[in-house]
Amino acid sequence: MNAVAESRGLGWRLVQVFTVLVYVFMFAPIMVVVILSFNDSQFGGFPMTGISFRWYAKLMENDAVLRAFQTSIIVALITAVICSALGVLGALALVRYEFPGKEWINTILIAPALVPETVLGVGLLLLMRWAEQPRTLWLLVLGHIMLALPYVVLVVQARLIGIKRVYEEAALSLGANRIQTFREITLPLLMPAVVASLLLVFTISFDNITASMFWRPSGVETMPTQILSMLKVSISPEINALGTLMIIVTVGLPLIGGGLARYLARSGR
Amino acid sequence: MTGPSMTTAPAVELRNVTLAYHTFVAVKDVSLSIRKGEFVTLLGPSGCGKTTILRSIAGLVQPTGGEISVAGRRIDNVPIHKRNIGLVFQNYALFPHKSIFDNIAFGLKYRKVEKAEIARKVKRALDMVRLPGVEKKLPSEMSGGQQQRIALARAIVIEPDVLLLDEPLSALDANLREEMRTELKIIQREVGITTIFVTHDQEEALAMSDRIVVMNKGEIEQLGTPEDVYRRPETRFVASFLGQSNLLPGRITAIADGQARVQLDGGPEIIAAAPASARAGAAVTVVVRAQKVTIGAGSKAMPGKVISASYLGGTAAYFVESGGIRLQSNATIDERVWREGEAVGITINPADCLLLDEKGDRLV
Repeated sequence: MNAVAESRGLGWRLVQVFTVLVYVFMFAPIMVVVILSFNDSQFGGFPMTGISFRWYAKLMENDAVLRAFQTSIIVALITAVICSALGVLGALALVRYEFPGKEWINTILIAPALVPETVLGVGLLLLMRWAEQPRTLWLLVLGHIMLALPYVVLVVQARLIGIKRVYEEAALSLGANRIQTFREITLPLLMPAVVASLLLVFTISFDNITASMFWRPSGVETMPTQILSMLKVSISPEINALGTLMIIVTVGLPLIGGGLARYLARSGR
Repeated sequence: MTGPSMTTAPAVELRNVTLAYHTFVAVKDVSLSIRKGEFVTLLGPSGCGKTTILRSIAGLVQPTGGEISVAGRRIDNVPIHKRNIGLVFQNYALFPHKSIFDNIAFGLKYRKVEKAEIARKVKRALDMVRLPGVEKKLPSEMSGGQQQRIALARAIVIEPDVLLLDEPLSALDANLREEMRTELKIIQREVGITTIFVTHDQEEALAMSDRIVVMNKGEIEQLGTPEDVYRRPETRFVASFLGQSNLLPGRITAIADGQARVQLDGGPEIIAAAPASARAGAAVTVVVRAQKVTIGAGSKAMPGKVISASYLGGTAAYFVESGGIRLQSNATIDERVWREGEAVGITINPADCLLLDEKGDRLV
């Protein structure tokens, strides 16, 4: 009896150690970037020579970085709004209505999530060549919408299935037309999924590098492509500062959004 | 319209309503006329088409044939939000993100009622369902019974031409259900609103309705008062669906003095009151309610043997065998509870027997 308890204790200890190791493996690189962004040294590596914010200050004076940041934010915002609106409409059609070819359309909507980004990148680029369209920022937005739409459709569909149809039927029977019913009943109940998809799309767009490299107009950099091109020259400590800012945006935003969505869901019940 | 004036038009009228999905026919050529202020129940097993009829009147499904009129106006081509119909669902369907006030005021808002008037009407509706002062609460803060009352208030406050209730009591527990049944009936009387109630619970139907429409397989089996459908079932289905009945196949051997002698298949002979259309030699089914089969120590009665006995307090449920046939008997306990295997005498009053013809229709 005692021996069993002991061996279980040992096994449990091993599981704990292993868990910690996994977390270290996952988060150590991120921690290194964050810590080194405050390093006073000229070189972007250990050892630390002191704590300073000089790389952040330098970043703020770097026009190329600021321009790239602005581009990324604008593209991500526009993509998030358009993509969420399209996704909600698409999910509504797929969940609430019956029409021929529904299964096919569902599959096609989800497909871009399964195709490698490089293929999508080249594909859209070739299409635009063939159509003799210039590479503009709108192409980038269009591409990002294509990349993120499957996730929005999935998120909204999942929530929509959970919203009972009787709420909409009750609203209709009380005299609200379909649009009023959507505005007053469906959309408010769908709000957590809408907020979630806005954030999700923003992050997908803000983060994207592979496809963006194909689609960005010449001379325009997004945040990730800017970092990549800076790395080609040298590993400046500025990149650590930039990386830390990226982490804050892409991790902080969904966290805030998640909290907001949970709050909305609770007050919506 | 050159037809009857508004006052004499039925509150709700269905003419040859049919609804088919591909090859499945959910509602088959149903015609029904409901008077103003009447409480009519659509009763039947699940899948009999009762809910489909209700949803057709509401406008949630589109009939594939026939006409539906409400208050003299044809509505089957009118979109649901222009029909002026009150709908109460099994699971209340209160808007979870709106307060009780906003839930009840919802329909009034779309009828362009003034704000002060809305507040007055909501308050009156809450008084009517005996839940005053809950305006600010959310539906999730209320019990099931309360939520159903709010749903009722929300449907009635718009003064609909007809109130449609889709199994509104079946989500409540047994005690509450009986209480709500009485209350619902009182409110319906007070408001005088034409009501169509859908249920599979025969007790609810018998207790609440002015008239009952018994449905099976998309068709109306019988339409009548609760007493009509219970005491004088017109078809085999109605006889077996309402209450517990013995259905005994046999053949009429002789008719005399208004009584028919029926030789039951593989069993004894039984005497039944003979309707005018009964003929000697005809194959019939004798219908007799389980409560009307009494058993005792009688000697001149039909001899039988108790197969099983369940004690139910005031009554007991027995299965008895007599000459190869099995009978169900629900009897009040007078002397004592009969035990399994005991020999007893079975008595059936001829007046308590109905006869069905070969097609299952009642002989008259």
